[in-house]
Parts: sequence; C-alpha cells; structure tokens
Amino acid sequence: MEAIQDYRQVSFFRGLSGFDWVYAALLAAGSVYAFNLYGGYMDAYEKGILFLIAALLVGLGWFWKPVRILLPVVALLALFGVNQYHGELARAGQAFWLKYLFASQSAIMWMSALFVMATGGYWLGMALRSDFVNRVSAAITWSATAMGLIGLLVRWYESYLIGADVGHIPISNLYEVFILFSILTALLYLYYEQYYANRQLGAFVLPVISAAVAFLLWYAFGRDAQHIQPLVPALQSYWMKLHVPANFVGYGAFALAAMVGLAYLFKSKGLLANRLPELAVLDDVMYKAIAIGFAFFTIATILGAMWAAEAWGGYWSWDPKETWALIVWLNYAAWLHIRLVKGLRGAMLAWWAVVGLVVTVFAFLGVNMFLSGLHSYGTL
Amino acid sequence: MQAPRTPFLRAVYELFSSMRFAISLLTLLAIASVIGTVLKQSEPYSNYIIELGPFWFKIFAVLGLYDVYHTGWFLGILVFLVLSTSFCIYRQTPLMLREIRSFREHATETSLRGFAHRAELAAGIAPATALQRLTGYLAGQGYRYRTRIEGEAQPALIAAKAGSYTRLGYLLTHGAIVIICVGGLIDGNVPLKVEEMLGYKKVETRDLASSQVPAISRLSPANLSFRGSVSIPEGGAADIIYLNVADGYLVQDLPFQIHLKKFRIAHYATGQPKSFESDIVITDPDSKKGFEGTVSVNHPIVYRGVAIYQAGFGDGGSRLALNGWNLFSPVARPFPFKGEVNQASRLANGQTQYSVEVTDFKAFNVQDTGEGDDNEAAPTQDFWQGAKRALGDAASSAPKKRAHNVGPSFQYKIRDAQGQAREYHSFMLPLLLEGRRYLVSGVREAPNEPFRYLRFPADENGAIDGYMRLRAALFDKALHPEIARRFAASATPNAAADQALRAKLTDSTAKLLEIFARGGFDGLAKFIEGSVAKAEQEKAAGAYFKVLERAGFEAYQLSRERAGEKPAPIDEQTALFVRDSLNAVNDSFYYGSPVYFQLDHYDEVLSSGLQLTRSPGKNIVYAGSVLLILGVFVMFYIRERRIWLLVKPGEVLFAMSSNRKTLDFENEFAQHKNNLANLLKG
Repeated sequence: MEAIQDYRQVSFFRGLSGFDWVYAALLAAGSVYAFNLYGGYMDAYEKGILFLIAALLVGLGWFWKPVRILLPVVALLALFGVNQYHGELARAGQAFWLKYLFASQSAIMWMSALFVMATGGYWLGMALRSDFVNRVSAAITWSATAMGLIGLLVRWYESYLIGADVGHIPISNLYEVFILFSILTALLYLYYEQYYANRQLGAFVLPVISAAVAFLLWYAFGRDAQHIQPLVPALQSYWMKLHVPANFVGYGAFALAAMVGLAYLFKSKGLLANRLPELAVLDDVMYKAIAIGFAFFTIATILGAMWAAEAWGGYWSWDPKETWALIVWLNYAAWLHIRLVKGLRGAMLAWWAVVGLVVTVFAFLGVNMFLSGLHSYGTL
Repeated sequence: MQAPRTPFLRAVYELFSSMRFAISLLTLLAIASVIGTVLKQSEPYSNYIIELGPFWFKIFAVLGLYDVYHTGWFLGILVFLVLSTSFCIYRQTPLMLREIRSFREHATETSLRGFAHRAELAAGIAPATALQRLTGYLAGQGYRYRTRIEGEAQPALIAAKAGSYTRLGYLLTHGAIVIICVGGLIDGNVPLKVEEMLGYKKVETRDLASSQVPAISRLSPANLSFRGSVSIPEGGAADIIYLNVADGYLVQDLPFQIHLKKFRIAHYATGQPKSFESDIVITDPDSKKGFEGTVSVNHPIVYRGVAIYQAGFGDGGSRLALNGWNLFSPVARPFPFKGEVNQASRLANGQTQYSVEVTDFKAFNVQDTGEGDDNEAAPTQDFWQGAKRALGDAASSAPKKRAHNVGPSFQYKIRDAQGQAREYHSFMLPLLLEGRRYLVSGVREAPNEPFRYLRFPADENGAIDGYMRLRAALFDKALHPEIARRFAASATPNAAADQALRAKLTDSTAKLLEIFARGGFDGLAKFIEGSVAKAEQEKAAGAYFKVLERAGFEAYQLSRERAGEKPAPIDEQTALFVRDSLNAVNDSFYYGSPVYFQLDHYDEVLSSGLQLTRSPGKNIVYAGSVLLILGVFVMFYIRERRIWLLVKPGEVLFAMSSNRKTLDFENEFAQHKNNLANLLKG
C-alpha cells in the first residue's frame, strides 16, 4: 500500500514550502506596516482593498512561484528609490540612482528599452533556434517587468510629492495604463512560457508589448503625456484600484491570445512550422488566455458598473465605453461558446481571436479617439 | 422534462433553446449597440436635423436611433435573449443535474473500449487486491467513485469522477444573464414605456415652468424607477426632476424637497477642478424631519431609496454690474447696466430697442498660456480654439507649463427688435496676448460658430479707460481740427516756412480722421480707391496709415490732457498702444453691437446639477453579477474528469473522459496510466 501513499495528492497548503510562508509573512508584515503608517488617510474600502490585494498577491505567489522573487525584488528596489528622494521631487533629476534607474520616468524608459530588447532577443532565438538566446530573452522580459513595476510604484510616491491632494495610484490615464498593460501582458506570457516549458512563443507575444511601448514613447515624446496629473473628481474613488487592473488583465490576456492565434495561423499555413510549438499547445494557450481574460473582463465590467452607479448615477448608461465593453464581452462569450459547446477548433478560432483583438483595441483606444462620452479620461 | 406537444410550439421551443439562435441574438445585440455609440444619443433634435438633413432625420427618428437603447425593438432583443436563455436553462438543467449526480457505473466494456483515452493495463495482482488498491489510489487523487460488482464471474467496474460541479457553472452563468437582464428591464422602466405607448403619458416639448406642466406629462412619486436631473440655484429648492425623453421631457414629482444651501468648487494648485460639493437639506413631508448632508462626485446620498448624485453645475443667476461703453459716441464715460444670468434686460440706443440676455457667468477660467508669463499666445482669431485645444489635451496642465486662472468671464446675447441675436463672450480682466494686455470680447452670429475676438488695449493701469478716451476723441468731430492741427504742427517744425503746407496737412488730416471715424480702414480704402490713381494706391495707403497713426498719437495725448492725465511718454509702448487702438476702432465696425459691456463687479450665484435615481433593479443586477463571476470561474477552472476501471483477472481496462479536451487532460491521462500500471504490477 505504500505505493498508493506515494501517489496521493498532497493538499495545497501541505505542499507549501518554508519560502512560501516567509513570502506570505513578508507581504502580511508589509501591508500591516503600510496600514499603520497610512491607515489614517484611507477610507474603509481602501483599507479593505489593501488587505485584499495583499492576500491576492500571497495567493499568486503560492500559485506561481517566480512571483515570490519578483515582488520582493521590486519592493526592495522601489523602496530604495523612494528613499533616495529625501522628500524632494527635484532629486529625480539629480540623485544618481534616481536619474539613471529608479525615478519613475527612468524606470519606465528602462522597461521600454528592455521590452524592445527582449523582442529582438526572442526573434534572434527563433532565427537561431537557440534555447539559450530565448532563455536570456526571458530573463530580459522579467527585468523589464520588474522595472515597469518599480516605475509605477515610484510614480505613485512621486505623485504625493507633487502635492498631498494630487497623489494617486498611477493607473489613471492612458500613459499609465499602457505601462500596466505592458507589465500584465508580459507576466501572463511568462506564466504560459513556464507552464508549457516552451519559449518559442515570445517572438510572437513580445511584439504586441513592443507596440504598446512604441505608443507609450510617442505619447510621452510627441504629446508630453508623461506628467503626473491630478485626478478629476469622477476618478477620485477606491474603485479605480480594482476596476482598472482587472480590466487590463483582460486586455492583456486578449492581446496574448490574439498573438498566439497569429502564431497558430502561421503554423497551420506551414510558416515557421518547425520553430513554433505544436498546434495543440497553441490552441491550448489561446483558449486559456481567452478564458482568464474573459473572467477578468467580466469582473472588471461589473466593477465598472458598480463604480458608475456611484459616480454617474446609474450602473449602466449605454455610454460608448460601456457599450463597447459589452461588445467585447459578447464577442469572447461567443468565442467560448463555439469552442466549448460546439467543440470547434482550428484556424477559424485563431482568426476570431485575432479579430477579437481589433475589437478590443477599439474598445480600449478607438472609443476614446473617435467617440465621446462620460469615459473620456484617456483622450489622445 | 416535458416537451411541448403541438408541432408549432415544439418548433418554437427548439428554436429558442438552440444555441445558434442565442448566438444570433448576441450578434444582433452587438450590432444594435454599435449604432448608439456611433450616433450621439439624446441630443436636441435640431442638432440631428442639421447633421442628417430632413430626409434621413425622419427615417432615423422612426427607427428610434436617437435613443436606441430605449426603443421597443432594442428592448425586444433583450427580452428575446432572456427568453432564449431561459429556455436553454430549462432544457439543460435536468441533464446537468443528472450529470453531476451520476457516476455512469453502468458503462459496458464495449463502450469503454470505444473511448479515445483508454489503456489495457496488465495486472500482476488478484482482482480483489487490485480493486482495493485502485479505489485507494482514486480517493488519493481526489476522485469520488462507485464500484459495481455483479457476482464472482463478472469483472468489477469502478466508476469515478472529479470536478463534476463544473456543470453548476453553466447554470450559474446562464441564470445570471437572465437575472441581470430582468433587473435591467425593471430599471429601464418598462411600465412607463407601455403607458407612453398607450397614450397615458405624453412627452412635453414646450418650455414651461415646472408647475405649468400638465398631469399627462407628470409622474407620481410612486413611480417605480426613474433617472432624471434638476438644477438648483444656491438658496433655491426643488421637488421635481426632469426626465429627458426623446425631444422633450417628463416631470417626475419627488416624495421630498431638496434645498441647496451652498455649492462649492475646489481647485488644485494647477487650477484644475478638484471637487464639486453641494450642501443640501432634504425636507420630507411624510416624516416632517429634515435631513442634511453633502453630495459630491463619487459620494451620493441615498434617501428613501432615491440616490442623489452630484452631476454638474452652472450659474444660478449671478448678478453682474456692467459698464456699457458706447463704441461710436464721442463720450468717454460708460453708463451703468445691471445684468443677471438667465434674465433679459432692455437697452435703448436712440430709436433702437435691444434686449440683453446674460446667458452665463464663470468666475474662474483656467487657461494654459504657454510656458510662462512672457510667452506669446496665439493671435486673436484662433485664441479661443487654441486655449480650448490646450484645455482638452491630456498634457495641457503639465507641471512645466503654466495653467492660469485668467479671471471671470461672462456670456450674453444682444437681440434686436427683429429677434436677431448675436452672442458675446467677454473677460473681466485683461489677458496677456503677445506680451501685451488686452480686454477681450468675442462675438458670433450662430451658436455653432467660433467666437471672433475683438481686443481693446489696456492702458498703463490695466484699464480700458485710456482706450475709451482715445476712441471718444477719434469719434468727436469737434476735436478733429485740433488733432489735425497738432499733428500738422509736429510734422512741420518750421512754422513760418511751411505755413501753406501746414494748413493743407491740417485739412487733409481732419478729413482723414473723419473718414476713419465713419468706416475704419475699409472706409479709408474705399476713399483711396475713389480718389487716387491705381498705380499710386499702395503708396498712398501707406502714407495715410502713417498719418493716421501719428494723428492717433496726438488724439491720445489730447484725450489725456482733457482728462487731466499726464502726457504719455513718446516711446514704443505708446506707439503700440495707439496702433492697437486704431485696430480696435476698426474692428468695432465688425463687432455687431454699438455697445461694449465691461464687467465691473459681480455677485456670484452658482447652481448645482443634481441627478436623482431610483433603481430597484440595481440589487437584482448585482446579485446576478456575483452569480456570473462565480459561474465563470466554476465553469473554467473546475475540470470534470471521469475514470472507469474494469478489473478483470490479469488485466484492468482503464478509460478516461472529460467534458473539456485540453492539454491538461491529456497530461493527466498519461500520468494516471503510468501510475496505475505501476500499482498493478504486483
């Protein structure tokens, strides 16, 4: 009977290592410390969100182990950056560490450069069929993600240096959410890269992040959009901390699915056929990405409705942004129905995933550019 | 489950519960939704007529495209979606429940051998031991199982399953859609739609005082759900709200009265608005108790099921004390004039009667005037568009640029006896344009046109008086000879020698001044065209302009002298001031009004735009939403897997199935196969 014991699945909590618990303890201690320090400035919802996010990050780290290293590193470097300010915003351009690495704008530029490098790296890896080059590219992608997160965290701190009433979480305008989009898409990709032990998809997924970076740079250099802006009254709400990240997990996952769909179409046409993963793997990643994206997009839309009920006086106003969110949701709902109920597979679904990204991008950007409405925070 | 009996009903039932029908409805819904985002909804009908032309306007109106989401046909799609989903749930539920409960322990060997995922595993142990080991293994893997043993001779069958609750996900999500739609339809106020269709309620399109609106356009406080708004001036109160419907409105009587004590706007250091707050008092005739509170954006007050939101603000009747300057009279003093926002006042100019309607007042105008105080701004014509572009741009108030409060502005219409109106937009304080200060006033003929701005140069005190004195002198025919004399004297230093020339110059300058006072530069141009040979015209124009500028300078000095001011210094500043003044006089001919109103002081009264909502469906929608999220996760992340093990002497037939054929399933099958083979070795 010993053999059976060997195969017995250990319960999730029993399977956690000491490191897992240290990680959890660090997060718990960090959030309690933050609570003691700043609790007086938070309302009840924000306090709840603080601990909810801490719990979610513990869960994420337990579920996907590399996060246990990423987050402490990011926290440490961001705190180092914050510490370098001595409470003076001007030091961003003077202090060595800030000027060249950890001031939010420097960190974000590092993130941008690293993502572009990683894209090139994955292409090189594909051209050379070199797993080593792909491994390096993955490491660069991890670094880019870390720099992006540091950039956002430091930017959060900087916003409070501008003015106590200006300070807010940096996910409030198009510039900031593009950074968030890049980070989340990269993390989703890195998860699947590890899950399927296959680094060949980077060459397809990273370009969409590089495109976001290109937009980011144009937006900063062409439109001078990188400055921290105070929040308009409608955005001053704890809902932003929930609604926006949830939305961008959705957008990121949909973008990932579309790029994998593209890879599927390449492979099924015989292009790069022996440099890409099996069709079954591509199909599986596509499905999983759309499933997680759909789940988070559902949550985000519902949270958005609840926020709208508080800010605009109705949970659904058929505002262009709301309506397009519904269209995106319906689109992927139909995709999932076709696949799960009808059991359809293959090129058709891959095409659909690619077209889905067009719809998603329109809902994300096009609505702000071409249609007017209540949701006009991200005008170009 | 009982299927409907007659063939027709059966066909309808089949259609409604089919997924193809549901997907078609979803597609239709998506397309219909797009219309409402492309065509701006609930605009005044006149805008649509302008945009579409009368022909398409009518067709669009019939289709209800100006308020797509509340048309009968759109609600119809939603109702069909609810029906289709309900039928689908009705059809699938028994099946799903059976799936959740059943172990399918009656599977035959033949059917198991037909599985795509199956394996014949050699068993080195007795069937009884194998049975024990296998069930132990399955339990350890989180499977629940049932064993069927039919006598010694027959092989035993273990039927196991895990994650079959994933099927609940189906019920949760689809049930949630129905619940959310039902909640939404309740708040969409279907009963009112029906009443409207049957003619019990009628949309009011006339501009009436709320108390004058007839009962057919009023809704009682008992109304189940509503969403409307009202604007209350500070110190005022309201017990009704307006619901915008099509090209008119309905009046919703409230079960209480709202009194606005104070409306506040706070600003960030950069000038952008930081908060909008209304201090309100609710008086409730039922409870006789007052309720006081503050409504702000994101912080509504809910009173007796009615949520009160801060939706906007405007002017609630600010009182303005104005100085009226007659632009073409020789008088350099203004007349006082009282204006009140949203009120009309009479103005008589000789025989002509005008009505002055003040339409808006803003105490605070934030404009980005570039990088610093001394920077150039766009020229007059584009000034407003430029400022607006900067205001609407995300980067407008970036820290390194400077957003300024340029002070109060107000807007008014001057309507003549024929009812023709021009609209004006004036700033109280001088604006810095190209490094110099001007009092700026814009005019436009139609609401869809941009304002054309006239700029009056401000004098050394930043006031308009210097300009007005100069202007009065230029329009004072009696002063023209003296101005001309002074100019001629300064142009001909040698009085004795140039006697004749000086007299001639005096005459022609006086004439020039008169022509300019009658028609500005245009009048001058016409005069030149009529009196100078074509080849000489350009030269003459240049000479005349120089004379006019220098005569203008003399007029300025004269006007200061008469007002008891010390003479202006002879420098670049004064020259520019005179040139700007001449331009302003010329532009006055295109100002469209003989009077310029300057804001002297004001008493600001704000009004707060409140939105009031009663939405009993909200909690239903939220409950449905929670179910939806729960269902989505259950459906995607609980995987149903079934395992059958047919235990025969020396061999075990292993078969596996799942409702989701994913790679994870393939891997799990391979792993189980491996593990089981090891367990059965002996």
